[in-house]
Amino acid sequence: MEIERHEYDVVVIGAGGAGLRAAIEARQQGKKTAIVCKSLFGKAHTVMAEGGAAAAMGNVNPNDNWQVHFRDTMRGGKFLNNWRMAELHAMEAPDRVWELEAWGALFDRTKDGKISQRNFGGHEYPRLAHVGDRTGLELIRTLQQRVVALQQEDYAVHGDYEAYIKVFAECTITRLMKDGDAIAGAFGYWRENGSLIAFDAPAVVLATGGIGKSYVVTSNSWEYTGDGHALALLAGAKLINMEFIQFHPTGMVWPPSVRGILVTESVRGDGGVLRNSEGKRFMFDYIPEVFKDKYATTEEEADRWYTDQAGNRRPPELLPRDEVARAINAEVKAGRGSPQGGVFLDVSTRLPAEEIRRRLPSMHHQFKELADVDITTEPMQVGPTCHYIMGGVEVDADTGAASVPGLFAAGEVSGGMHGSNRLGGNSLSDLLVFGRRAGAGAASYVDDLARRPKASEATLTEARNEALAPLERAGENPYEVHHELQRTMNDLVGIIRKADEVAEAMEAVEKLKERARGVGAAGTRIYNPGWHLCLDLRNMLLVSECVARAALIRQESRGGHTRDDFPGMSPEWRRRLLVCSATDDGDTVTVEEQFQPSMRADLIALFDRDELSKYLTDEELAEYDAAVAAVAAVKE
Amino acid sequence: MSYKAKFRVWRGEGGEGKLEDFTVEVNEGEVVLDIIHRLQATQAPDLAVRWNCKAGKCGSCSMEINGKPRLGCMTRMSTFEEDETITVTPMRTFPVIKDLVTDVSFNYDKARQIPSFTPPADVKPGEYRMKQVDVERSQEFRKCIECFMCNNVCHVIRDHDENKPNFAGPRFLMRIAELDMHPYDVADRKDIAQDEHGLGYCNITKCCTEVCPEHIKITDNALIPMKERVVDRRYDPLVWLGNKIFKRSDSKTR
Ligand SMILES: Cc1cc2nc3c(=O)[nH]c(=O)nc-3n(C[C@H](O)[C@H](O)[C@H](O)COP(=O)(O)OP(=O)(O)OC[C@H]3O[C@@H](n4cnc5c(N)ncnc54)[C@H](O)[C@@H]3O)c2cc1C
Ligand code: SF4
Ligand code: SF4
Ligand code: FES
Repeated sequence: MEIERHEYDVVVIGAGGAGLRAAIEARQQGKKTAIVCKSLFGKAHTVMAEGGAAAAMGNVNPNDNWQVHFRDTMRGGKFLNNWRMAELHAMEAPDRVWELEAWGALFDRTKDGKISQRNFGGHEYPRLAHVGDRTGLELIRTLQQRVVALQQEDYAVHGDYEAYIKVFAECTITRLMKDGDAIAGAFGYWRENGSLIAFDAPAVVLATGGIGKSYVVTSNSWEYTGDGHALALLAGAKLINMEFIQFHPTGMVWPPSVRGILVTESVRGDGGVLRNSEGKRFMFDYIPEVFKDKYATTEEEADRWYTDQAGNRRPPELLPRDEVARAINAEVKAGRGSPQGGVFLDVSTRLPAEEIRRRLPSMHHQFKELADVDITTEPMQVGPTCHYIMGGVEVDADTGAASVPGLFAAGEVSGGMHGSNRLGGNSLSDLLVFGRRAGAGAASYVDDLARRPKASEATLTEARNEALAPLERAGENPYEVHHELQRTMNDLVGIIRKADEVAEAMEAVEKLKERARGVGAAGTRIYNPGWHLCLDLRNMLLVSECVARAALIRQESRGGHTRDDFPGMSPEWRRRLLVCSATDDGDTVTVEEQFQPSMRADLIALFDRDELSKYLTDEELAEYDAAVAAVAAVKE
Repeated sequence: MSYKAKFRVWRGEGGEGKLEDFTVEVNEGEVVLDIIHRLQATQAPDLAVRWNCKAGKCGSCSMEINGKPRLGCMTRMSTFEEDETITVTPMRTFPVIKDLVTDVSFNYDKARQIPSFTPPADVKPGEYRMKQVDVERSQEFRKCIECFMCNNVCHVIRDHDENKPNFAGPRFLMRIAELDMHPYDVADRKDIAQDEHGLGYCNITKCCTEVCPEHIKITDNALIPMKERVVDRRYDPLVWLGNKIFKRSDSKTR
């Protein structure tokens, strides 16, 4: 059978914020670039982001700067973050946001005409650049329009819009191709007609987003089947931090068909409060020891904070997401939940109706249309939902390079930046900062190549056979296998984990893997979702296995990983990262421990000893004392 | 709470097809897209439909429900009678690929023909200063989720393929208006709106505005003002120049 072939310098898989920013960079550096994505151009998951992009521009509070943002990010991630990534992110985010403005983005403004910034959980100052509650749409549309602008430039010069950058929309990649150790391209199929396609390219940037579709209750769309995570594993790259999954505290709980759909954190940032069935603002009971000094202990102080942030501590509703999600979970378990099994999130008694409609238009719309709830007059009901995976491809911070030569990753599919828990707003900025870096990394890798790798015919044939197999057998309905996986992960490797349950999940996943080998698809190759799901199952199962294995090994609770049987945070475990790898048939997954490198002296010196002592081992604290002394010496 | 609903869904590929009847379970709170998914999971695994966000944010799930352009994910089943037969068909203005999925490349081609945002050469990133009131007009248009239902419903191209080369459709005429109203855009967009993208074809029937799921006032706020700008311009080019200069310095100093 015919396989359509294309040759590119850089192939970017994914057209969300990370993929588009990477592609723009590669093209700006003169590389012939392809963008491949599963849905239409402009529809990637990034479009759903609501609250904003975090960047320490200091437009609203001039005390903000990259060091403060860096500290907040490390704290949010419970110091498990790759500190170099957190540093680059905090330093470069403002430039990346300003650049969007020069490409046509229209953010909300401050009184003096600058980009306005809003409060969000875990951020010390108002920091999120936003457009109402549709920031992701603005971001993706701006990048999409920037791609078009580059195509127009190319048209003017070459008479061909697609001379240097082309979008392959509704095209799914199923395998990365290699020549020896190095990346040689990517293989996939057109969703539209099922015909096969191969890209010959020395550099591939993965920007495929997350894995939420392995869970029943999730804010994620069908695209989030962990493809990039699995493609990287199968190509020999490593995944880190896979046990850390962010359950967003506020997803819709009713009606059942929209269960999991996100209720933006801006509701709380703009004054919304959480109450249980007794009408109590319960978050005051859940401020953890490590955050005691930073959050208000009375409702009065919390309420004053909205108008006077310098003189008051912030409301506990704005604690990092993992804390809030666990608190809601505990309230519901204790029988103080709302009628539909969540808790109440109320903004109606906190802001005038007009103001709610202006600040939270899409939330107003979403509840009205989907749940018959008018958020200007009544509270919402919300509960935790699987939202974001902190874990992902292990990359070099500066270039986005994975351990396989020619493979790069950026955005949600990469790991390290957010440690054990991501702060709201830090993803959109992450996409821009590391999307650009991965695009540049790929371009310079291509420049330095002596010889272009080439995939063998055998590689192509294998990829082809794997892709077509489900059409050639009359096997089990893939939807059944998928549902069972979702239930397993939700129930057994969810927000609170126990050793025996996780072990049970691993057994279940093993059985599902076996069943997945036999799933079949009826119908033709033309736009056949049953067939597509058969192929996605391989990825979801592989990723789920990584999550479960790592979750079983990490015997502590930190950020997006809570172990009922190990409730404390352990400084010993903070020094250890769990790294997953797999055989190229995906049959065997191995997890190894890796040592977390110490923070650079000037960075660790940005923290107080008191705070660090809650996270670090004695040995590291000794390093801290030396670092502070060294930094002081340099200053003198 | 659940009941069996009667659905008629257009099935077919490559220009041929027919309406197929289904009886399918409906539960409380569900939307049309949920029912289509239930058909996929239980009766028609190869039924093709686009979707992503399930929350009216991505504009993927455009379809025609009982003949009206709607987002499948935002159309609640409770808006229909239980004994009503619900007919679901693909958007009519674009060629069908399969079932409910249409070839919307027309829209991407048009998007590419509109000159991009053109800021003055001397403003650096980070130096942009704009008042909220000055960005609000264009911001309204940037709420567009590109569901393309306005283009689907507009009679200029709905049953008139012959007009497609000369008409960008409400979505992209609005894009021209958006850029024209951007405080920092310096490109001249009046002539191309009229001469290349067919603003003159629009006879302000407002059908586009009626179907827009984002409730953007496409006709009143984008198309009519753009028509006025074209007319002003054609009478007096100096007016245009003056407006443009005034607009920028205005937003910078005030
Ligand atoms: C409802 C919601 C609200 C959010 N709000 C915020 C917020 O306010 N602030 C914030 O910072 N973060 C927010 N997030 C998180 C953030 O939006 C995501 O983490 C981020 O958009 C991910 O971007 P990405 O570029 O990595 O991937 P995505 O935007 O998800 O793009 C992935 C791309 O990869 C493609 N792809 C995947 N697999 C394949 C394959 N096999 N072959 C080809 N293409 C493939 C997809 O088609 C898609 O184009 C939110 C998330 C959700 C779900
Ligand atoms: S108002 Fe104009 S653009 Fe809109 S549907 Fe009518 S003719 Fe078409
Ligand atoms: S303007 Fe409205 S109807 Fe038209 S594409 Fe945009 S969102 Fe859809
Ligand atoms: S699925 Fe996104 S708008 Fe309907």
